[in-house]
Amino acid sequence: MRTAIITDIHGNREALEAVLADMAQRAVDRVVCLGDIVGYGPDPAWCVDRVMALAQAGAVVVKGNHDDAVANPSAEMNITARRAMEWTRPLLAEGQRAYLAGLPMQHRDGEVLFVHASANSPQDWIYVTDTSRALGSFAVCDARVILVGHRHVPDLMSRSIDGRVTQQRFVAGRPMPLLRTRRWLAVVGAVGQPRDGVAKAGYAILDEGTDELSFLRVGYDVAKTVAKLRAAGLPESLAVRLTWGA
Amino acid sequence: MQRPSQGLVIDGFTLAECLHKGGFATIWDCTHPDHPGRLAMKVPTILDGFDAPTIVGFEVEQMIAPRLTGPHVPKVIALGDFSSMPYIVTEWIGGGSLLEVFKGAPLPLSDVLEMASRMTEAVVDLHRQHVIHFDLKPANFLRRDSGAYVAIDFGLARHDHLPDLLAEEFTIPMGTFPYMAPEQYLRQRDDLRTDIFTLGALFYELATGRQPWGDPGSLRGVRKRLWRDPLPLRALRPDLPEWFQEIVLRCLEVDPKARYQSAGQLLFDLQNPGQVRLTARAAKLRADGRLAVFRRWRAMRGVKRLSAPAGVGAQMDEAPVLMVAVDLSPEAEGLNRLLLTAVRRMLAVQPDARVSCVNVLKTARIGIDSATDEAGDHLHVMRLVALREWGAELALEEGRISFSVLESSDPAAAIIAHANRNRVDHIIMGARGHSATRRYLGSVSAQVVSEASSSVTVVRVP
Repeated sequence: MRTAIITDIHGNREALEAVLADMAQRAVDRVVCLGDIVGYGPDPAWCVDRVMALAQAGAVVVKGNHDDAVANPSAEMNITARRAMEWTRPLLAEGQRAYLAGLPMQHRDGEVLFVHASANSPQDWIYVTDTSRALGSFAVCDARVILVGHRHVPDLMSRSIDGRVTQQRFVAGRPMPLLRTRRWLAVVGAVGQPRDGVAKAGYAILDEGTDELSFLRVGYDVAKTVAKLRAAGLPESLAVRLTWGA
Repeated sequence: MQRPSQGLVIDGFTLAECLHKGGFATIWDCTHPDHPGRLAMKVPTILDGFDAPTIVGFEVEQMIAPRLTGPHVPKVIALGDFSSMPYIVTEWIGGGSLLEVFKGAPLPLSDVLEMASRMTEAVVDLHRQHVIHFDLKPANFLRRDSGAYVAIDFGLARHDHLPDLLAEEFTIPMGTFPYMAPEQYLRQRDDLRTDIFTLGALFYELATGRQPWGDPGSLRGVRKRLWRDPLPLRALRPDLPEWFQEIVLRCLEVDPKARYQSAGQLLFDLQNPGQVRLTARAAKLRADGRLAVFRRWRAMRGVKRLSAPAGVGAQMDEAPVLMVAVDLSPEAEGLNRLLLTAVRRMLAVQPDARVSCVNVLKTARIGIDSATDEAGDHLHVMRLVALREWGAELALEEGRISFSVLESSDPAAAIIAHANRNRVDHIIMGARGHSATRRYLGSVSAQVVSEASSSVTVVRVP
């Protein structure tokens, strides 16, 4: 079974289209979306429709904090995210809002757990930025592989049999073996707003037949998305962020 | 977790005799109904399940070994995890390890060279697959019936494309004391030239019967090799040729930049002794004096890292062996100028590349060796002189360029054989224009392109 994992689309149509086109060439059996379909980007309604269509075709979708904020304005969000959310909300139809509000917080399938931010108290949207932040995720569940998004920076960590969690170097585009002697947590990079200095859409493919995870990057028409952001009057910092991927 | 024992059946594998009991693992003779013949099962000796170094080393091997292919690595059949019993099952390799052979050192020079070449061939193959071994030693080379050497035990290895489970785990240097490179002592795990140092230490032992720094028995003792040079080989065994001492001492340079930059380049020198450029290393008959050693000690005592490469991938790309097949006939003059330009361009982006210039002296028929008569001998030398003249235009220092005139009735086959024997990464050659003869006889470059195992660039006059 080969699962494509997409996350943090953030209303970036061009990036999502590029990822789906890339995926179509790579023998994928199903798609899982780890949330944050909307927020920041200029095409929230189109992206929700596209993800709903994927779900119709069998994709699993879990809820992200921006999806949640459509119905529940959050005081936790920074000013840029809040302004973008206020711009986003009126663009979404009733059915789209209901869809986002009804998304589950996490999805467990066999030995793999899919969740937006962290496995421990997922509603607190904890950023798994280092090994100590990953401890909680490993502690609260027995999933061998935990796949999260939220951070917009791809990362790979493992928990060895004696309980130590270590960060692991990975090479984008190469299959990383998820050794069965360990448990693994992977932060999948963002489709629509990368923050690791690479201005390309990110996603990942998990192959449960070979126990391998590939972090993938796909170029997309950044200039087009940036032009739309500016035309919509969204904060300039968002345009800069997409341009640099940081 | 189960423990291995004779007669144990696990995942279909039946354990027979225990063949080896080491500090970290046991090796078992085993069989499986789906896999004909003998197999070998390696089981780590894990005490109470919480023996971090053994566990991680075993995980590293489980990660890397199944991803390697070819005659120089054992074929992995199956892996077991901690839920039942951790193990790796591989094919059976019949020829035994080099441990016994090393006990017979010093060996005759011809045996030393044969073994050195075969060990280096195995390392070339590992590096080509983006793996640095970091624990090459006599016990970690097995022999196939075909004669090829197989590198085993990837517990300390690093694969350039995979997570390095060892990087964050331990704060002490890892390796086998007599063969460890200086940068390994400094805990650097990113340089394939580390394996080249270790090969040098192994060659030293084969030729002299002594390890270059003995067996220090402690890490502190390993540190000494950062400033103390080993006794030159010819001081222990004067009959060794200077070029061999040059090769070994170059491998054993403290600064990785002063060693061979790739195992392929080392192999080239082992197989072409006449082309080895001799330096002060070749003539040395005594270890350096106290003052020189003291100066090095002062320079090295505070060193935290030795010059590291930009990356293993970059190392492999930048230090290739390029082979240029040059046609020296007068009508190829224009083509040869283009060939020169093409080689110059490649050298600009691959500054550590080494160039092997080749010309084929076509013999009339198979079975007639033109070099045996005086006229043939003369022709051979003339060609060599002309080839050197052509190569001089590249203005490379001696050790980076070599010249060979091959004699054969089949030029393409000769070029391909030379490339294979010397593990050439890239062949550059010219193609002559269209002619009736070429149409009937076939072109040399086309045959090389289709049959060579390396990359081939064909240069043509537009």
